[in-house]
Amino acid sequence: MSKYLVTANINGDEVDFACHADQTLMEILRENLNMTGTKNGCGSGDCGACTVIMNGRPVNSCLVLGAELQGAEIETIEGMSKGNELHPLQQKFLDHAALQCGICTPGFLNMAKSLLEKNPDPTETEVRYALAGNLCRCTGYDKIVRAVLDAAEEMRTTSS
Amino acid sequence: MNEMRYEAPETIEAAIALLVAQEHQPRVFAGGTDLIVQLKAEMIEPGMLVDIKKIKEPREIIISAEEISIGSAVSGAEIGENAELKALFPGVVESVQLIGSDQVQGRATIGGNFCNASPAADSVPALIAANAKAVIAGPDGVRKVDVADLLVKPGQTSLTTGEFIVSFVFPRPPKNTGEAYLRFIPRTEMDIAVVGAGVSVTLNPDGTCAAARLALGAVAPTARLVEPASDILVGNKLEEGVLADLAAAASAACQPIDDKRGTIEFRTKVAGVLACRATKIAWERAEKN
Amino acid sequence: MNEIKDLSKTNYKWVGKRTRRPDGPDKVTGRAQYGDDIVMPGMLCGKILRSPHAHAKILSIDTSKAEALKGVKAVVTHKDIPDHALLEPPYGPVIADFHDIARNVLAREKVLYDGHAVAAVAATSERIASAAIKLIEVEYEILPHVLDPFEAAQPDAPVLHDHQFTNGVTPAPDKPSNVFRVVSTERGDLEAGFADADIIVEREFNSKPVHQGYIEPQALIASASEDGAVELWTTTQGHFVIRGLCARLLNIDMSKIRVTASEIGGGFGGKNNLYAEPLAIRLSQKSGKPVRMVMSRSDVFRGTGPASGTYSRIRMGAKKDGTIVAAEAEIYNQAGAFKGSPVGRSLDSFFSSYAIVNAKATAYDVCVNRPKVAAYRAPGAPMATLGAELTINEIAEKLNIDPIDLRLKNAVQDGGESLCGVKYGRIGLTEVLEAVKNHPHYSAPLKANQGRGFALGYWMHGGGLSSVNANLLDDGTVAVATGNPDIGGSRSSMRVMAAEELGVELETVKPVVADTASMGYSHLTAGSRTTFATGLAVINSIREIIEKLCALAAKKWDIPVDDVTWEAGQAVTHRDGFDSLTLKQLAGMATKMGGPIAGHSEINAGGAGAAFSAQLVDVEVDPETGLSSVKRYTIIQDAGRAISPDYVEGQMQGGAVQGIGWALNEEYFYDDEGHLLNSGFLDYRMPVASDLPMIDTVIIEVPNPNHPYGVRGVGEPPLVPAPAAVANAVENAIGRKLGSLPLSPPKVLAAIETGTPRGD
Repeated sequence: MSKYLVTANINGDEVDFACHADQTLMEILRENLNMTGTKNGCGSGDCGACTVIMNGRPVNSCLVLGAELQGAEIETIEGMSKGNELHPLQQKFLDHAALQCGICTPGFLNMAKSLLEKNPDPTETEVRYALAGNLCRCTGYDKIVRAVLDAAEEMRTTSS
Repeated sequence: MNEMRYEAPETIEAAIALLVAQEHQPRVFAGGTDLIVQLKAEMIEPGMLVDIKKIKEPREIIISAEEISIGSAVSGAEIGENAELKALFPGVVESVQLIGSDQVQGRATIGGNFCNASPAADSVPALIAANAKAVIAGPDGVRKVDVADLLVKPGQTSLTTGEFIVSFVFPRPPKNTGEAYLRFIPRTEMDIAVVGAGVSVTLNPDGTCAAARLALGAVAPTARLVEPASDILVGNKLEEGVLADLAAAASAACQPIDDKRGTIEFRTKVAGVLACRATKIAWERAEKN
Repeated sequence: MNEIKDLSKTNYKWVGKRTRRPDGPDKVTGRAQYGDDIVMPGMLCGKILRSPHAHAKILSIDTSKAEALKGVKAVVTHKDIPDHALLEPPYGPVIADFHDIARNVLAREKVLYDGHAVAAVAATSERIASAAIKLIEVEYEILPHVLDPFEAAQPDAPVLHDHQFTNGVTPAPDKPSNVFRVVSTERGDLEAGFADADIIVEREFNSKPVHQGYIEPQALIASASEDGAVELWTTTQGHFVIRGLCARLLNIDMSKIRVTASEIGGGFGGKNNLYAEPLAIRLSQKSGKPVRMVMSRSDVFRGTGPASGTYSRIRMGAKKDGTIVAAEAEIYNQAGAFKGSPVGRSLDSFFSSYAIVNAKATAYDVCVNRPKVAAYRAPGAPMATLGAELTINEIAEKLNIDPIDLRLKNAVQDGGESLCGVKYGRIGLTEVLEAVKNHPHYSAPLKANQGRGFALGYWMHGGGLSSVNANLLDDGTVAVATGNPDIGGSRSSMRVMAAEELGVELETVKPVVADTASMGYSHLTAGSRTTFATGLAVINSIREIIEKLCALAAKKWDIPVDDVTWEAGQAVTHRDGFDSLTLKQLAGMATKMGGPIAGHSEINAGGAGAAFSAQLVDVEVDPETGLSSVKRYTIIQDAGRAISPDYVEGQMQGGAVQGIGWALNEEYFYDDEGHLLNSGFLDYRMPVASDLPMIDTVIIEVPNPNHPYGVRGVGEPPLVPAPAAVANAVENAIGRKLGSLPLSPPKVLAAIETGTPRGD
């Protein structure tokens, strides 16, 4: 059975893995690398729970093949905080109670981080449309949107 | 157990060589946002995935005086980030930016969306309205085909063994041209189009229509040009009577089905509504250009 | 905008404050371990073969080829699940028939829905397990099927169960039926009431089944050892209930099964049932290895329970002055493939906010060829409320009375009772309705093509069995263990209540969810009962600790224990010459002066309090396409006491948004052969962030006198009126009567073009 040996950069570290041609990045993260912070809600790109940032773009890791990742730079939820210091988005999600069961949270955090990297001052509507690919069934999105807007403001103030 | 292979050729010729070898059951792999879904659902069982993202030509956007070329493996996000493309073909750009979520657009390609040949594919009506041609490379050389002529039936294009689309080319739109794409979905995002309408209009200096193309998606087995639209619009301004005729022509061009996304009646009615709304937007854009 | 209106004005240290949740950091970093995140060495992958037919006899199952496949370690069919006798009448409100459960986890004589589990395998990899499934050969004889509850109730419908004869009708029927039972409740004199009415409104409604839509599919690991012990990790709302169900189904002693609830990714009632657990246990017993089974998203839709779809009829009569003098309701609830839809709750929800003297409700529990229904956030109530509230709004309109005033006029008062006779104590209904009238949303102007809807929901939350252990550690910190999986923030609330009782900093208290071997029984985290019942047990446990701390201080000071009280985290006495002793100091002394200090409580909590949720929603409808867009949403709900307001608001917002999905777009689509066509999130259309505005909340606090902090359950009430409120808004936006959910654009457009005007 042929497997593909790939070296990718995950959260700043060089990581080797071997995979079948039909294994997705989500499966490799969760099964091969035991990085279970990336969640599997549907496996077909409809819920966003598996969102990671790949080469600077947010993607559904369930729709990326492991075999194509040679040299890719991947950021997962495990790399979002620095040591025990939370990223402002993570902090704001806690402050605003923007999570209940938390299964969708890693995907939202990655998508929001990606949004704010490209658009540091989004409107509420822009936030909602950027997050449209992330399903949440617990919160009704209200507190998530508030958390992202608040994090955006804090990040603008600290960086200026 | 069928063990699938993955290949990532670096030239068009290398890709053709792989695609021609039918015994391996090869499929072109670009963004994967349809392909991987179908693979995991066991709807397809390819023996080999031929990743075209390492080849130069499918990844290029080339804008020149007469012609614009968008590589087939350029993602929706990349297309949306190109300000020049946005200005030239706002309808085409809008259409690829509506495919799925931001995460999907980071991967989904214009070529993949087209070749998946869903009757509801968002890129297709806009491509037809913009008069796009597909540049196809294959074992017998390169050919250019009007995009509408490539669509055979749901899920099928007329590409032959070993062929793949390298890029889409568009004539530079004349001055006073505007285009738009609208679709109807029951939510605000994340749905497959229930009706899609792509429009391109060019105006005369006196404000009447010089040329027009209206294409509809999701209302027939393949997206198609609504031929009468041109006759209805050309020579006229956008008045109520004209719009009513346009809506009627759009509805008449529909051959929809009842399915989990919409009914025949609904699609037929909304096709008319969207045809008018998209035309109005395209018209306004044409006036500004 | 989020407000809290405390109508009792009490000052608390932590209760009612916006505090941080203890499981937060793990969840925002991806560290939290959900069901599919846990690995055990040597674990096998389990997969289920599901029926491709909606209704068919199973003629034979041949698993030999699957068993022979290299890497397959075990295969199970119904032969591996013990059979159980049918449940006999009389039937309780909730049906748990092991005869049915055995057949739902693995089909026996028949398959009863597309997706019904038929066999399961365990193999060394997912690849091999998937291949093995394909090698199982099943011979079916396809039978006609039925999907709609009203159709299934007719005498000529295909029958799912030959042994099922409708309960609750006289004379007792002699032909089997899909109608398991008919229940009804009545008071007063209905016909006299209608005769007295100045106007009568009669309407029909229907709603489709909707799925709870939790983002985490069911996932579990079972590990059976040679001495008969079983360890189970599973995503569940009630690990004690799962233990009991597995034990009874498989004839294993309860003490031999230890269940740990993994962190759960959403439940909403849908994770109270057995699905793959017994299969994984059997596979593990046969293979000698742990077996992990995770559902795919498609499995979740095809194989797990939605909420009932319904057909209902409401008839109400009122006097000109708005007094409702008679009300009658009839509802057909689909149960799915096996009996047991929430008919009792449907009955209780119809008119329970109103003191209507003459009222009757009848409910039919009907089997159809779909997955067995499961609870979904106030089971049975949103569907009943849909009809009742839209009918009441129509009466208000016909009589030209403000819809809130009409409800105030008929509102049930303190000490009243529901239609089924459940007694209310002190309730906050009037306060909630008054708050609606006074809210700026109520009188805000509407734009073109917009309509405003209003609906009121009632829910009596549960009490029931909860156990808690609390332990004081040497350094003065406290570990509080409960038996309730945390699906909505209950660890947070438990911590708040414990810290409040003790009068200490929040971080002093560590809440954990213990496994079934370590704790006394706790019933499900469901029925909005956890903050109430488990909270009560937490409070009792902490009070026991406080008693012991006071006794310790008394011993240390050598004074009578009656002279010692606990205040602001310290033992104090009015006697001169004694400095107070802090929790930390006393904890440090405990072991030397008698032993570790702990408190525990095992209760059957009574005294639940009825909760009311009122919702206002503005919807804009595109008149040319029928597309509905929610523009503004306000929820006003009586929480009794909001222990953790952030999470109470979250429950309100989440419930309302589920209601929006239910009202506008969520439904199952089937082909003519009964195959489910939309078993994924693409075409099962739940609301996304861009579909919605901010959801404003107002928490009213009319404390429940039966709880030390006045808690009323908050999880379920917000879904109850939501579909009705949204439907009412769309009705008002287009000026047409609407009664069939979901209000998908084709339906709304058809109503705009040819529907019945509101005034008719």
